[in-house]
Amino acid sequence: MYEFEYHRPSSVAEAAELVSKADDGALMAGGQTLIPTLKQRLASPSDVVDLGAIAELKGIRVEGDAVVVGAGTPHAAVAGSAEVQGAIPALAALAEAIGDPQVRNKGTLGGSIANNDPAADYPAAVLGLGATVTTNQREIAADDFFTGMFETALTDGEIVTAVRFPKPQRAGYAKFPNPASRYAIVGVLVAETSGGVRVAVTGAGSCVFRASEMEQALAGSFSAEALDGISVPADDLNNDLHASAAYRAHLVSVMAKRAVAAAQ
Amino acid sequence: MTEFGIGAAVKRKEDFRFLTGRGTYTDDINRPGQLYAWIVRSPHASADIRSVDTDAAKNAPGVVAVFTGADLAADGVGGVPCGWQVTDKHGEPMKEPPHPALVADRVRHVGDQIAVVIAESKDQARDAAELVEVDYAELSPATSIADALKDGAPQVWDEAPGNICYDWELGDQAAVEAAFGQAAHVASIDITNNRLIPNAIEPRAAIGDYDPASGDYTLYTTSQNPHVIRLLMGAFVLSIPEHKLRVYAPDVGGGFGSKIYHYAEEAIVTWAAGKLQRPVKWTAERSESFMSDAHGRDHVTHAELALDGDGKFLALRVHTDANMGAYLSTFAPSIPTYLYALLLAGTYTTPQIYCNVRAVFTNTVPVDAYRGAGRPEATYLLERLVDVAARVTGIDRVEIRRRNFIPKDAFPYQTPVVVQYDSGDYQATLDTALRHAEWDGFEFRRQEAAERGKLRGIGISTYLEACGIAPSAVVGSVGARAGLYESANVRVHPTGSVTVFTGSHSHGQGHETTFSQLVADQLGVPLESVEIVHGDTAKVPFGMGTYGSRSLAVGGTALIKAMDKIIAKGKKIAAHLMEASEADIEFKDGAFTVSGTDKSTTLAEVALTAYVPHNYPIEELEPGLEEQAFYDPTNFTFPGGCHVCEVEVDPDTGVVEVVNFTAVDDVGRVINPMIVEGQVHGGVAQGIGQALLESCAYDQESGQLLTGSYMDYTMPRADNVPSFHVSHEMTLCTHNPLGVKGVGEVGAIGSPPAVINAVVHALEPLGVTDIAMPATPQRVWQAIQAAQTQAAAE
Repeated sequence: MYEFEYHRPSSVAEAAELVSKADDGALMAGGQTLIPTLKQRLASPSDVVDLGAIAELKGIRVEGDAVVVGAGTPHAAVAGSAEVQGAIPALAALAEAIGDPQVRNKGTLGGSIANNDPAADYPAAVLGLGATVTTNQREIAADDFFTGMFETALTDGEIVTAVRFPKPQRAGYAKFPNPASRYAIVGVLVAETSGGVRVAVTGAGSCVFRASEMEQALAGSFSAEALDGISVPADDLNNDLHASAAYRAHLVSVMAKRAVAAAQ
Repeated sequence: MTEFGIGAAVKRKEDFRFLTGRGTYTDDINRPGQLYAWIVRSPHASADIRSVDTDAAKNAPGVVAVFTGADLAADGVGGVPCGWQVTDKHGEPMKEPPHPALVADRVRHVGDQIAVVIAESKDQARDAAELVEVDYAELSPATSIADALKDGAPQVWDEAPGNICYDWELGDQAAVEAAFGQAAHVASIDITNNRLIPNAIEPRAAIGDYDPASGDYTLYTTSQNPHVIRLLMGAFVLSIPEHKLRVYAPDVGGGFGSKIYHYAEEAIVTWAAGKLQRPVKWTAERSESFMSDAHGRDHVTHAELALDGDGKFLALRVHTDANMGAYLSTFAPSIPTYLYALLLAGTYTTPQIYCNVRAVFTNTVPVDAYRGAGRPEATYLLERLVDVAARVTGIDRVEIRRRNFIPKDAFPYQTPVVVQYDSGDYQATLDTALRHAEWDGFEFRRQEAAERGKLRGIGISTYLEACGIAPSAVVGSVGARAGLYESANVRVHPTGSVTVFTGSHSHGQGHETTFSQLVADQLGVPLESVEIVHGDTAKVPFGMGTYGSRSLAVGGTALIKAMDKIIAKGKKIAAHLMEASEADIEFKDGAFTVSGTDKSTTLAEVALTAYVPHNYPIEELEPGLEEQAFYDPTNFTFPGGCHVCEVEVDPDTGVVEVVNFTAVDDVGRVINPMIVEGQVHGGVAQGIGQALLESCAYDQESGQLLTGSYMDYTMPRADNVPSFHVSHEMTLCTHNPLGVKGVGEVGAIGSPPAVINAVVHALEPLGVTDIAMPATPQRVWQAIQAAQTQAAAE
């Protein structure tokens, strides 16, 4: 990697100031994407601002009908949290299937959604559960947060501090992993929420998206059979070595049914 | 069997240092004043080099030197040699283009080597490498066999028209054609053996060192055969005589063939160390390994099998195109010829076989031996084709194999493809495998799986392979530029402990344990009194190294022969000590005894006498107890066996799960069953990797390596493989004293067709009759879709 200035602030305010002052600053949460990118010399930030020592970003708490997960909470903590397992078991299961033990103990919720890798799992949870993203500046509804491939509504210097997941009636997540990387070729989170049924698809397209036809069908009957014959159009889906767009479209239907079957 | 002798499952002596992080690998070694090399590699698959500007790099911080191909040429550095010359079907030698250590005029694959930057730190070298300006004129590449063989295809080498390295044949074509004319049935198959990237855990590394006081060079390197590297690099590349060049391969973290070859980086760091009079280290990044380690397999084949009305094989004809990559790696030409076509009889009595092989240059990384090397390609072809023959004739898959097996009383058995098998019992390995795999209960399991929505299939492979390539005179007559013997030196120390210097090399095989067991067994010394030294040309007199599952059959036999000499000399000394006739001395369990008496002396006493020869037959016998043996085998060994694979396919996703895997291998006598079982486990895991997961892909137009990291290249992992059921049926090799055959590659050779035959069997009810490796979820799903579309149309 190239040389950079390394900072390890102890507060969100300090982190925001550091990154805004830097020529070309990069925020680092768990570093599970940034560090490999630096090591491959694909990025050369002037400053890396490590969020790992900021206590206010960590932790999981239940607030009324919602689970609030601090942005700096590692995946393993979410997967192992009794609160999450009790309130939204699909979220705990999703976190448990991200990467490998090393990734789960370093990677964080905030880092994942701020990066918005099209094949990451957490965007499906945030969008599918209708969560609200809290930053050091504002609150952003999930439907407004993910704007494109590796793109979000976050502005320069804006730091995700927490995500509020409203507790659904039931939710399920099913992932078809890439055989090599084990990222999601297709991941579907299905949730029956107070605001209606939500179906969020990750991995298949350039950015996580909602499958509205499937949502309507499931609103009528929350069952795998309700999805018979319903598929997402393959036109805009990813096409690569591991999965053609047509295969991905097929897998979205299969995974959606499995997510419904697994919902609790 | 003794506690530590032949047949004992002794825990590996070397594991303590490996499991506690105390191994010493090449990159762990650092020499005083050491510099670091970074190789500037081509980003293009094919391009002319207009110019290379190294000025900025030379002036970068920490940089000591930047060298290009022109610098090497000016110093008379030679190209990387090829170790095998194949003669084509017209009697002409293969096309053998140059392979410079750094290319000066044209790059021929992504990762090709243009310059080396040497600096005080690795980061400085890497930073400066980005400042080397290469002006390329890009050319269209030929990135696959099919593309390279098209009319008007880009020419990788002007001297190889049509990109053909050689067009080679074996067998009586007229007799094969005649047999096809008599055939009641013909089974045919078009088959691709997918290209693999080796991926040893330890990346390649090399340190060149030069001592100005003595003029001695040392190369520390990740090699499976340091003496071969010394010979090739010393004699052909750098013109350093053997006595001035030490090659040391310390602990090596896996090879699988990829560390047999002499690579340019070894020559570059050794030459640069002399030039700069400072040590120079190079360690590959993983992504460099992907684009610079020799790849494996990559065959495209059409084959046909003629059968009579009873399902007996009459003749086999095979046409294979084999990818060589852009340059000829050390043993590349021999892999799709002598290590492939000679195996096409398999376990069967097929009387006539004709094989035509074209070796093809492409703008890709060189292709050479990879665990199995030619034999997995032959086995996969044959065992898939036999399944097709079963379908064509309507004869059961097991039955058609039984009808065509070479019977166990037919050995030695002369095949129509040169080789003569010495021993085997294919009915026995088949029977045992079917029993262990509960073949007869399959239909019940299939129905049970169907109730869970899964398609279950079972597949079989009754394979044969050849290890310990030999004898030297024969391989020399077909193009090998080296001998294929092995050496062992046994030094019995004055107090009776033993050091063995073996020319075999261990890079995961456990030789330190297995060879110690041979010594414990033969000389009767405790295992802990035996030290196995390997990998260092300064210590081991000579050696040909480890590949082709040869270490025990060839290196182990050399060790036995050296120990025979120790025992013979020991008997003379013991006879003198006990005042008996040499003819009356017996040696057993470490003791020399006088036959028919209670007189006895130990190996340790004999050794002490040999080194302190106060009471010694000094006029007849030299002091000391150290013996050397070279062993050149009279034949290959021929392990074989039966692998049975059972899979479940999820028809909704195309995911294949291997649910059972049974291997019954005949590897001859087993010295350490635990190590043998481990070898089979690893080989089968790699075979499952090839069958279901691994595939090297290049972009057809640009020649970029699409599977250049673990994000896209799928290595097998623990959750991809089941708990294996491994066992053995033993027939002894008849031409080596231990009766051993070799085990390093059987798993990777026998398993892929068993897996694919199982997948096809699972999908047969849907109308699928073939699927290519790797049978990825997408490929399986697409096959199901295509079969359903066809069924709907009919």
